[in-house]
Amino acid sequence: MKNEDLQNIINDFAENIEFSEEGSEFLNVIVPKEELYNVCSQLKSKRDLDFDYAFCITGMDWGKELGVIYHLESTGLKHKIVVKVMTDDRENPTLDSVCDIWRTAEFHEMEIYDFFGVKFTNHPDLRRLFLTPDWDGWPLRKDYVDEANMIVK
Amino acid sequence: MGVDKADKKRYINQWEGEGLKEVVSDDFPGKIIPGGNGGNIVVTTLDSVINWGRSNSLWPLYFGTSCCAIEMMQTGAPKHDFSRFGFEVARPSARQADLIIIAGTIVNKMGPVLRRLYDQMAEPKYVIAMGACAISGGPFYYNSYSVIKGADHVIPVDVYVPGCPPRPEALLEGMIMLQKKIKTENMSQKVNPIDGFDEGK
Repeated sequence: MKNEDLQNIINDFAENIEFSEEGSEFLNVIVPKEELYNVCSQLKSKRDLDFDYAFCITGMDWGKELGVIYHLESTGLKHKIVVKVMTDDRENPTLDSVCDIWRTAEFHEMEIYDFFGVKFTNHPDLRRLFLTPDWDGWPLRKDYVDEANMIVK
Repeated sequence: MGVDKADKKRYINQWEGEGLKEVVSDDFPGKIIPGGNGGNIVVTTLDSVINWGRSNSLWPLYFGTSCCAIEMMQTGAPKHDFSRFGFEVARPSARQADLIIIAGTIVNKMGPVLRRLYDQMAEPKYVIAMGACAISGGPFYYNSYSVIKGADHVIPVDVYVPGCPPRPEALLEGMIMLQKKIKTENMSQKVNPIDGFDEGK
């Protein structure tokens, strides 16, 4: 399916969504965080979209906003899409978990929590995954400082 | 990074006790390790026999934590074949090894594991730091929250092999260098490198 067709179908069921294809081979969809769970479940369940595979979920720090980028694929219909969601709240960033839509998100969201401190509501077991449980701070954020171990250049 | 004068003096003083004079120029870049000359003739002869045996049957513990391990495997593979020099059997267990080849990045989480493996090895034990990461953190020296800046923050290192990664020839050179070091050792004067290591000696 072409990117324009995907865009039309998504426009039918959701509002306040930005689309872009600039510098990307996939259709980029920027979703407001309140809409995230709704849009994702529609992407999975609509028969002509059928995004049944989240092949990459990435945490992101844009400097001002924190967010998550979902790369989705339909294994049957062979099309792909990128969903971006962001939040301005750096103190207590909270997004909806999508791990009951794509089970693989469970570990990806643990990783994003580990490195960026983004909390996911309705996640069954959100905890440190790679770092030690007593780690202080979120090391992949742009404003992370660790004077003891990091030599900043 | 130079060695400061006081440090150099410590070694020279050790020499002077044995009737040897200072022959080191001020701009010499490294430390001078007492070679163990002037010992009892029987002991030195025995030592050289024992050292010959020890240096030619060093069993390395494989400690490959990243891409240097690929190069280390190649060093053991037929083309370069470190068993020609007595590094015959690479051991998966620290209890059976004489030598750790640290082939790769040591992260903060791996540091205690490396120290524990080192403590589990039987003495005398030796360490080769292979590649930039094991020497200084290498490409992860700056702006890294997780990498230890050199394996010598965790355990004492005998031989450093620079490179990213070093070629098998370089690792072989380092291993032969370690053999040479072992051949000059004197068992009665040997100091365990871990003694005082945690206090910064």
